[in-house]
Amino acid sequence: MASITLKDLVKAYGDTEVLHHIDGQIADGEFVVIVGPSGCGKSTLLRMIAGLETVTGGDIQIADQVVNDLEPADRDIAMVFQNYALYPHMTVRENMAYGLKIRRISKAEINRRVEEAADILEIRPYLERKPRQLSGGQRQRVAMGRAIVRDPQVFLFDEPLSNLDAKLRVQMRLEIRKLQQKLGVTSIYVTHDQVEAMTLGDRLMVLNGGYVEQFGTPIELYDRPQSMFVGGFIGSPAMNFLPADADGATITLANGTTLAGEVRAGAVTMGIRPEHLIRSEAGPVRLKVQMMEQLGANTLLHGVLEGTQTEMVASLPGHVTAELGAVLSFEAAAETLHFFAPDTQKRIE
Amino acid sequence: MLKRVHFPSSVLPFLLVAPQIIVTVVFFLWPAAQAIYQSFLIEDAFGLSTEFVWFENFELLFADAHYLDSFWRTLFFSAAVALLSMSVALILAGFADRIVRGATAYRTLLIWPYAVAPVLAGALWVFMFNPTLGIFPYFLDMLGVDWNHYLNGSQAMALVIFAAAWKQIAYNFLFYLAAMQSIPLSLIEAAAIDGAGPVRRFKDFVFPLISPTTFFLLVINAVYAFFDTFGIIHAITQGGPANSTTILVYKVFNDGFVGLDLGGSAAQSVILMFLVIIMTVVQFRYVERKVEY
Repeated sequence: MASITLKDLVKAYGDTEVLHHIDGQIADGEFVVIVGPSGCGKSTLLRMIAGLETVTGGDIQIADQVVNDLEPADRDIAMVFQNYALYPHMTVRENMAYGLKIRRISKAEINRRVEEAADILEIRPYLERKPRQLSGGQRQRVAMGRAIVRDPQVFLFDEPLSNLDAKLRVQMRLEIRKLQQKLGVTSIYVTHDQVEAMTLGDRLMVLNGGYVEQFGTPIELYDRPQSMFVGGFIGSPAMNFLPADADGATITLANGTTLAGEVRAGAVTMGIRPEHLIRSEAGPVRLKVQMMEQLGANTLLHGVLEGTQTEMVASLPGHVTAELGAVLSFEAAAETLHFFAPDTQKRIE
Repeated sequence: MLKRVHFPSSVLPFLLVAPQIIVTVVFFLWPAAQAIYQSFLIEDAFGLSTEFVWFENFELLFADAHYLDSFWRTLFFSAAVALLSMSVALILAGFADRIVRGATAYRTLLIWPYAVAPVLAGALWVFMFNPTLGIFPYFLDMLGVDWNHYLNGSQAMALVIFAAAWKQIAYNFLFYLAAMQSIPLSLIEAAAIDGAGPVRRFKDFVFPLISPTTFFLLVINAVYAFFDTFGIIHAITQGGPANSTTILVYKVFNDGFVGLDLGGSAAQSVILMFLVIIMTVVQFRYVERKVEY
């Protein structure tokens, strides 16, 4: 068990800096998800913590020890890879036992720990099989088992569910969460899937272009996104962004309609989540419908803000039918409106 | 119902495969048939008459202590060449696999020896190890080794083994490097996180995972040592001293074209032919085994 501290962490390849001064505190036993679009540096960050990439600047501390120059083997971590990275020429048992064998743990103890982990993951019947004889989900479990038996201070997950089909992914997601809560091991999990991130993480670190956009609990990120990027990235469908003018008491949208809202005067970008738009005949937000998606539980109306080219989406509960080209009016509660500065894209309180 | 595409029959396909078939027949099948036929004949000492003797040539061969000696010598030579060239290639590939910068340059330079003709390779080694002119005997002399492969059979054998192995290292290196690079990096990383150091990773992962390549190269190297080393031996030792480097393929030449025992020489080449057939079958039968990652 250990806390992890990232201090002013920098990674550069030659002159190209890919991670810019990352700071973060991960408490003992916490489950932190690093989330961001592809190429944002999230895997690089994880691999630096694992010791598979060198640190260009700053410090990584695991359990108050700076590990920058320690080999992966000496950091007391276990990692689950995206492609599982099982050893193809070894049986499941040998795969799980390998790390223990290297550490010269007694045969009896190895067997005990492997079988205990196999019971937790329900892979006991497959212990004598080779990885190629297993299905994707079973391989995933073996990869987890290999991490568990080591009883490390930290678990690192590098998009471990992205090779599974949708149903299995949801199931494994819950299992990983349950397992982590049961074992209480500090975990860092990398994914590009915001739903996975929201459901798994105690806290989320949103990365974009090598910068930390926001680091907080899923609800904090949803309720108070600190930047337009986080607003658009967390939540599905994505937040609508409408350019607007504010005078301190009212907000004027691009098509001239106004609504009440207290924010500093000047040009702002108003963010409103599709699910926070409420039908209202006299509502100020007027959406011209261009496409509908019936999802059963709710209906997505895609279109533009009437009179402009600004695209927006509304999500309404249940079945809704609307003519294409029709204009529907919506209102939104003041506390569900988010305001961002158009230039810095940061939140305005 | 079986559905197949039918083309109207024409001579075109036959014309297209004809060159390959003609080459095979003229340069492989016909000489092989000639060798088999000749292995049943014995000529008299003056080459004026031949007699059809069925398997007498083979009987004579297997009763001949020189031939059996040459057989064991060939096995030793092949094993030594394969072992030496493969292990050096494996070590080089292991290091080259870790290199990122300038990898292409190393690979290009390492493949060059393969392009050197066997006779030239032999000539190079002859000059380097010439007892009176060569640079290596000079160094060896400082170490107290009296090098003269013209007199010392063991030294002659060592020299042809080095020369033959050196030429094959490039080929083995390429295959080993390709095999190592096809191992997913994450697997090696997983092993590193599990606590295995570089040597342990090589022993536990790299070597087992490239074992199909090792087997393939073993067959290829054995075939090479058996059949393609004639030029090297001819240039360096001519089979001497006292037959100490006369391997089977050299003995075929020596008995046939120097000793003019055409029947016996043909019988030897027929035996070699069957050996190469067996090796090829082994290779095709087992090399197809692939490792799945």
